[in-house]
Amino acid sequence: SSILRPTILSVLRNEDLKEMLESNKESLKLEAMKRVVGLIAKGKNASELFPAVVKNVANKNIELKKLVYVYLVRYAEEQQDLALLSISTFQRALKDPNQFIRASALRVLSSIRVPIIVPIMMLAIKESAADMSPYVRKTSAHAIQKLYSLDPDQKEQLIEVIEKLLKDKSTLVAGSVVMAFEEVCPDRIDLIHKNYRKLCNLLVDVEEWGQVVIISMLTRYARTQFISPWKEGAMFDENNEKAFYDSESEEKKDQMEAKTYIMDPDHRLLLRNTKPLLQSRNTAVVMSVAQLYWHLAPKHEVTIVTKSLVRLLRSHREVQYIVLQNIATMSIQRKGMFEPFMKSFYVRSTDSTHIKTLKLEILTNLANEANISTILREFQTYVKSQDKAFAAATIQAIGRCATNISEVTDTCLNGLVLLLSNRDETVVAESVVVIKKLLQTQPTQHSEIIKHMAKLFDNITVPMARASILWLMGEYCERVPKIAPDVLRKMAKTFTAEEDIVKLQIVNLAAKLYLTNSKQTKLLTQYILNLGKYDQNYDIRDRTRFIRQLIVPSEKSGALNKYARRILLAPKPAPVLESAFKDRDRYQLGTLSHSLNTKASGYQELSDWPAVAPDQSVRNVEVIEPVRNLPSSPTSYHRYNSYMPDSTSGSESEEESSEESEKTSSDSGKSSSGSEQESSSESESQQKKKKKTKKAPQKKSKPAAADRYSEIPPVRWTLRASFFFPVNLACPDVTTPSFGPVKTYELLHHMTGKGLSAKYHFPRQPCLYQPSMVAVQVVLTNSSDHSLEEIHIGDRNPASLNLHCFNTIERLEPEASVTVSMGIDFSDSTQAANFQLCTKDDQFSVSIQPAVGELFMPITMTEQDFSKEQGKLLGMNETSETIAMATANTSSQAISKQVLSVANVGVVSSTQNDIHRFAGRTVSSGALVLVSLEMKESSSALLTINTEKSVMASMLLRDLKQALAQA
Amino acid sequence: MIHSLFLVNASGDIFLEKHWKSVVSRSVCDYFFEAQERATEPENVPPVIPTPHHYLISVLRHRIYFVAVIQSEVPPLFVIEFLHRVVDTFQDYFGVCTEAAIKDNVVVVYELLEEMLDNGFPLATESNILKELIKPPTILRTMVNTITGSTNVGEQLPTGQLSVVPWRRTGVKYTNNEAYFDVVEEIDAIIDKSGSTITAEIQGVIDACVKLTGMPDLTLSFMNPRLLDDVSFHPCVRFKRWEAERILSFIPPDGNFRLLSYHVSSQNLVAIPVYVKHNISFREGSSQGRFDLTLGPKQTMGKAVESVLVSSQLPRGVLNANLNPSQGTYTFDPVTKMLTWDVGKINPQKLPSLKGTMSLQAGASKPDENPTINIQLKIQQMAISGLKVNRLDMYGEKYKPFKGIKYMTKAGKFQVRT
Repeated sequence: SSILRPTILSVLRNEDLKEMLESNKESLKLEAMKRVVGLIAKGKNASELFPAVVKNVANKNIELKKLVYVYLVRYAEEQQDLALLSISTFQRALKDPNQFIRASALRVLSSIRVPIIVPIMMLAIKESAADMSPYVRKTSAHAIQKLYSLDPDQKEQLIEVIEKLLKDKSTLVAGSVVMAFEEVCPDRIDLIHKNYRKLCNLLVDVEEWGQVVIISMLTRYARTQFISPWKEGAMFDENNEKAFYDSESEEKKDQMEAKTYIMDPDHRLLLRNTKPLLQSRNTAVVMSVAQLYWHLAPKHEVTIVTKSLVRLLRSHREVQYIVLQNIATMSIQRKGMFEPFMKSFYVRSTDSTHIKTLKLEILTNLANEANISTILREFQTYVKSQDKAFAAATIQAIGRCATNISEVTDTCLNGLVLLLSNRDETVVAESVVVIKKLLQTQPTQHSEIIKHMAKLFDNITVPMARASILWLMGEYCERVPKIAPDVLRKMAKTFTAEEDIVKLQIVNLAAKLYLTNSKQTKLLTQYILNLGKYDQNYDIRDRTRFIRQLIVPSEKSGALNKYARRILLAPKPAPVLESAFKDRDRYQLGTLSHSLNTKASGYQELSDWPAVAPDQSVRNVEVIEPVRNLPSSPTSYHRYNSYMPDSTSGSESEEESSEESEKTSSDSGKSSSGSEQESSSESESQQKKKKKTKKAPQKKSKPAAADRYSEIPPVRWTLRASFFFPVNLACPDVTTPSFGPVKTYELLHHMTGKGLSAKYHFPRQPCLYQPSMVAVQVVLTNSSDHSLEEIHIGDRNPASLNLHCFNTIERLEPEASVTVSMGIDFSDSTQAANFQLCTKDDQFSVSIQPAVGELFMPITMTEQDFSKEQGKLLGMNETSETIAMATANTSSQAISKQVLSVANVGVVSSTQNDIHRFAGRTVSSGALVLVSLEMKESSSALLTINTEKSVMASMLLRDLKQALAQA
Repeated sequence: MIHSLFLVNASGDIFLEKHWKSVVSRSVCDYFFEAQERATEPENVPPVIPTPHHYLISVLRHRIYFVAVIQSEVPPLFVIEFLHRVVDTFQDYFGVCTEAAIKDNVVVVYELLEEMLDNGFPLATESNILKELIKPPTILRTMVNTITGSTNVGEQLPTGQLSVVPWRRTGVKYTNNEAYFDVVEEIDAIIDKSGSTITAEIQGVIDACVKLTGMPDLTLSFMNPRLLDDVSFHPCVRFKRWEAERILSFIPPDGNFRLLSYHVSSQNLVAIPVYVKHNISFREGSSQGRFDLTLGPKQTMGKAVESVLVSSQLPRGVLNANLNPSQGTYTFDPVTKMLTWDVGKINPQKLPSLKGTMSLQAGASKPDENPTINIQLKIQQMAISGLKVNRLDMYGEKYKPFKGIKYMTKAGKFQVRT
């Protein structure tokens, strides 16, 4: 009975609802309808009230009427006959003089899914599409989709309506009709031609949701109508130019094409008119513009979307998720787009797991020779994360970095080996798996690591990790001839207790050892094969049978036996560690399909650019409207086009005249255009604003190279061995001030270099190769018309110069450039490093002369330590001078900026406002360099430098003096 | 586009459903519940979930999942942005967006959802238009409605929807004309264990509360507009004017709205307002760990640092924390391992500290990682980037409005790694 009671109650309650609905009192009816809507909201069935509700469809009370509409739309499909009773009410309302009543009648009528009224709906849509009110026409565009889903046979007639509405010039209609177009006839791009330019021009004034739909449709349109703005062959992939240059003849042809490419003005129009929408508050609009640029803009223009996409990362978690997915896809092909914003992808402990994983993916995509040390240091933090799934993902990411950037492969491998002694099982297991892959890609001598893993083997319990170690043993059994048989012996003991995946690898190991070292392992192998023969798992039984036939010679085994060794111990291709987002760009960015990486229903393919541009004249509109002299239309606010009333297209003039009945709308239009005029006349009598007078120090923002700095954070100099990357990154606490090149210097001009030009800059990162070296990045460009081969570093002068060369560049194609890293030990002197830059045929003498400031590394220290150290470096070791300061340089931020632009030192936080301190060490010998600047009156200051290196001190003093005197 | 909407609470009950096309059975949410069960944290439910016939796109706000049912290809951000707009609207109408508030106002909620989408495509999402269509509930109106049976549906028609400025309702009248602007900046930073800044940036917004009669046309200019590196505008802002003169020119919506969001150019050094001295350590083989935290002001330009709240997720092995705050109160939740310390105001003469011991599970090994410290704080009367509003002028109306501006700096995602 307890189960029955609620149903009885609800029946009872519905009974009283019925009475209320049928009463004469308006308030009772309303009360009843509110309760009914409450039932619908909870998903309860209220269909038996239909007859009582439908009677109120013509009620005068607006709220009651609206609630009845809600009910009707919900239940009409189930109660078709009764629903028909209401139709005449709507038909009458469709003729109402008030546009809102007409619109609302059409909205409800078209939402009633009763097939029998399809002809009525069709008629209503056709009439409303020609309505004077744009609001009613908008509603009719929505109704088209509803009718289409109710009865797809109406398609042809509906397309006619769409065609008509596409010509509509109201911003109100544009979004809705394009939506209808996308649902009903997305393949009829011929309908768009004549409306293309109008849509582009209206776009900025369309409401935000409509913008998204229009932009996505226009992206598809443009890909069918314009030719590619991308140089052929360069395609999407900036990192992979090789493929294209392979065939000489094609190259010439393509270059010809590239040179004669002129962008269709209509193509340009679309790019220009969508750009301002990157500033939209609506994240969907920003994303849709970003994808439009990605798919349509010339390569060098795509970068303008970067900042806006990064901005979206501040938004809600779900927005971040989608935006990060898209950035992940983009960053594979265009590292350069997002590299300056690398820090925006640093993981925070509060990020949710899927956000963390995506950020990791992007960081890995962005890793290159120049930033890898920064990224690895960041990864080092992630490996220690409490979120073990994330730590495991980080290990995989390290593996990917190690394979992609050969400079750090060994460093990463050593780091991963250290992780093998981690306490967490997932971390260990993941490390083993990644090490296995790395060793495979690096078939050099790594027996030490394999031995180490064999030692750890007993403590590792994760099956995948155990299997991986066994596979390694087998594959490289000849490198560890003593250990491998012993491992097999142990495994023979535990075989039956192992997981299936481990058993398979035991059989594998046994087979390989049998082939290479049958003397020691023959019996063991046979024992294991016997165990496998009776295993419960048929995969293992199959594998055992197969292996036995393959390796043990018998009369049945035949010819295959001879090849056993070549089959089992064949050199295996290394696994490719690549991004999960590698092929995602086959889907249009920003789509659901891209997000899911599978084709969603209704997904429209983005076509390839046509080889030859289709007829451009199809977009010409015959009648050029008399535009300029008409007053601007009331439906455009000139948000983007202009703030001057008469400089817009004003193409909506017709509409204004068609709106005679809508008094309110034209009224408001006048008032606003009136206000625009007043604004200019009133501008002289501007009112003073009440505001607080306290002034904050103003920051200067000028485009000098020094401004490229973010901040040089204070850093503690600890030479303790790093937990993770002990070998090459011995000074992990030296943080990197900025990513971008600071100042670029010429190394070799292309005239002297016979087409080879080289530029260099100091990235101010700790050098990967040796801590005593200064890192230098060199950009080599081939400006000649033939490819240059074997670019390398030749003789150096002085001969003792300690220099880490970059790897020889086998081939540099014309127009191509490549960035390489070098390390130079300048021995704390500004003496130039001279060396020869060689190609296959030529040698060029070049020299790098460092500014003294580049020979330092920033360190952190407390104010107290600073004073203490300063006290030790007096007398001979102190250089000081009173200098003149430019007035602009008196704020502490300006001072820091100037000092940091000159020298790679760290800021020491100070309690005294008038003294600024900076600390560093020389790169080569590690001598302390302490800079202090004491402000005096009348824009002068006492600059003191304390260091043992007095020559460097005087040079640094000279440079700083000059910088601080400059405005 | 959007077929149906289901609201799901933290315990996995559907407490509201709305369909814009034919009804989709609520059993479609089973796929969502599955994902919810798999996720360790509520935030870990994937925002996009494919099912055999539909796609579920959801957002989580105020511990309610708003699950939209999609049938075919649509930009996921379109749906996500819309769902957030729905939540914002509810918050605007009911003050809070909780399950209770939604259930209490179910009729208004339904009326709103009905106006916001037509056949799954957004129709009216501007708060000013919606408020003309459906009046927000107030205590007084609810009482009057119950007694007289009158309605909360606007008698007027939504003329704003057709006007030049669809975001502003017409016929606005106030006796006191006022315009307030709040410049709020947030510092996002990651500080590493040695106190160096790994990354730091400033994001800001200007929120406005404008109560002005008629159709005022406002211009707002800055002393130092070049600070603003990347901006996004409310649709009312004239873009060209900004491009040309770096002036915000707009006819404002009536009431509260976000005029501008901006990002301060990363070329400027970011002032870090507080520093943290920490010593959190665990020893191998000991069941105790040391916890020692001191906060101090760093670059605050002489302003007080207030409403400081420190929180940290301690390692799983920590059973309890026995700490002694020099000021404020702290709590430790032994289940979630979340340590929260409500510090209040930082007094530069007497730095707040939290010291003591953590007890670890006996026999458990030393935790690998030290916890990250999250800091929240407020600094009044200062925008940390130095952004200053120069002046605000009004055209188009004759009266003299009262104009006010307020600056505030907050910590955004401010983390210190230990």
